[in-house]
Amino acid sequence: MIEARGLVQTFHTGRGKQKREVHAVSGVDLEVAEGEVVGFLGPNGAGKTTTLRILTTLLQPTAGTARVAGYDVATQSVDVRRSIGYCSQTGSTFSSAYAGDEVVDHGMLYGMSKAAAVAKGRELFDQLQLEGLWRRMPKNMSGGQKRRLDIAMALIHSPSLVFLDEPTTGLDPQARINLWQHIADLRTREGATVFLTTHYLDEADALADRIVIIDRGRIVASDTADNLKAAVSGDLVDLEVATDEQVTIARDKLGSISSDLTIEGHHVRGRVPRAGRAVPGLLRDLENAGVQLESVEVVRPTLDDVFLTLTGRSLRDAEAAAGTTDSAAPTEEVLS
Amino acid sequence: MTLFLRESWIVFNRQLRMNLRNPAWVIIGMLQPVLYLLLFGPLLRPVIEQLGGNQYTWFVPGMLVQLGIFGAFFAGFSLIGEWREGVIEAERVTPAHRSALLFGRLYRDLLQLLVQAVILVGLGLSLGMDASVGGIVVGVVLTLFLGGACAAASNALALTTKSEDVMAPIINVVMMPVLLLSGILLPMSFGAGWLERLSDFMPIRHVVDAVRGAFFGDFDSSMLWGVGWTFTLFGLAVWWGTAVFRKENS
Repeated sequence: MIEARGLVQTFHTGRGKQKREVHAVSGVDLEVAEGEVVGFLGPNGAGKTTTLRILTTLLQPTAGTARVAGYDVATQSVDVRRSIGYCSQTGSTFSSAYAGDEVVDHGMLYGMSKAAAVAKGRELFDQLQLEGLWRRMPKNMSGGQKRRLDIAMALIHSPSLVFLDEPTTGLDPQARINLWQHIADLRTREGATVFLTTHYLDEADALADRIVIIDRGRIVASDTADNLKAAVSGDLVDLEVATDEQVTIARDKLGSISSDLTIEGHHVRGRVPRAGRAVPGLLRDLENAGVQLESVEVVRPTLDDVFLTLTGRSLRDAEAAAGTTDSAAPTEEVLS
Repeated sequence: MTLFLRESWIVFNRQLRMNLRNPAWVIIGMLQPVLYLLLFGPLLRPVIEQLGGNQYTWFVPGMLVQLGIFGAFFAGFSLIGEWREGVIEAERVTPAHRSALLFGRLYRDLLQLLVQAVILVGLGLSLGMDASVGGIVVGVVLTLFLGGACAAASNALALTTKSEDVMAPIINVVMMPVLLLSGILLPMSFGAGWLERLSDFMPIRHVVDAVRGAFFGDFDSSMLWGVGWTFTLFGLAVWWGTAVFRKENS
């Protein structure tokens, strides 16, 4: 559905002696299969939106090629636009226009008849919990309702591929969770491929089949969330035993499958790739060796651990460095 | 072409709906020339008596051109609002012709200008303006093309600057010499010779002369200059506006 090779986007900023070249995207390769939900993760300024603007034909790449829905973004841009839906960060409706009118006009710009656009618009309003808001202006809607309206705009012409640019930025946690459900429904209900940019770790983790991580204009990883986590650090297994003698046995048993062992009191901890598969056998071995376990805890790594390993920076630190001051950003508790 | 007309019609309908929902700006835009007509027009009577004819026959064409320039030049401000809310980007990612996105908005500006022009001419006639129907039609048509040029330039400027704070002073800087050197308020021939010669280089002065000539029934060489400048300005502004709407990252 998306095939990009060596995408480069260079901007020039400043004038005279202050003039400098900024590489927003530096050789991005991407592949997205039909029906996939792909999370495009990275801090602000990483190149997510620039890549998205190239793929949606809003920006001509400085170098490289991309095919979207089977069409070349540079030479067949109208065909690309006809095949995709796009929900931008800034929204897509005028605050003082009626929501229903905006959706219908948008559909008609895709060549739909007014009757077809009204019918599809009403259907989407029902599906996206916007019932009764057809004659309401976006300025009188909540943040969550506005974002769902933007998604309705993007879906009005039943596109096969939907681009969502940071769809939940600025929403409160409850509205975010609600919107996630609607995004998850895009594939099941509409059969659409979804390409979603986000700088929220939990969002990518919850929604995407596959996560593509971009940092400083380059793709640094692309895999499922589970594989990324397993490849980078593995799960943390924490065994609490009853006696000092059992610490030695637990250390030997866990050490046989773990690379990174630490002992603290009666706690023996180690990193294990795919703990779900390894821990049942480990527990059997410990039981056979007569070890009495006080507690067992398996802590899965977060995508922030993945980002830290791949880039040497925490995603949150990268956000802070980019000057992000998003008061609506989720808390630590929500992310974990 | 059919597709282009359909798309620009969709954009026009959307724009018109939004304007009708908030007609205050149309009325405010109309108020200035009407006030000029009612409060400034009578002052011209002794001056225009030297030239002969009714002062409103002389003054209404100037006000028409003023309406065409000033009203249309502020069209871009609403475009900045739409751009800020993501509407322009949402439209640019549809398969619609990007020039249709501009022309739909131009149709709205021209319809608004036409309504205002009809009201202004009607008011002028009620105050004693003496002009033929044909002359009035030619004058209004020239005004519409000039207004279209200004609206297209305003939209292009809006998408280039993307800031009301930058756009407002630019329009003021452009408008002030236009107002003073185009003979909208008083005939340039009343001024010093150097001032009149300077105004010869102001294209809008020739448009004002042509519209005024149409109202007086004088279809001489000044009409040719006026028509020539009107269509040249229209062509240039539409080319600029279309180029900006087509440009990436607008």
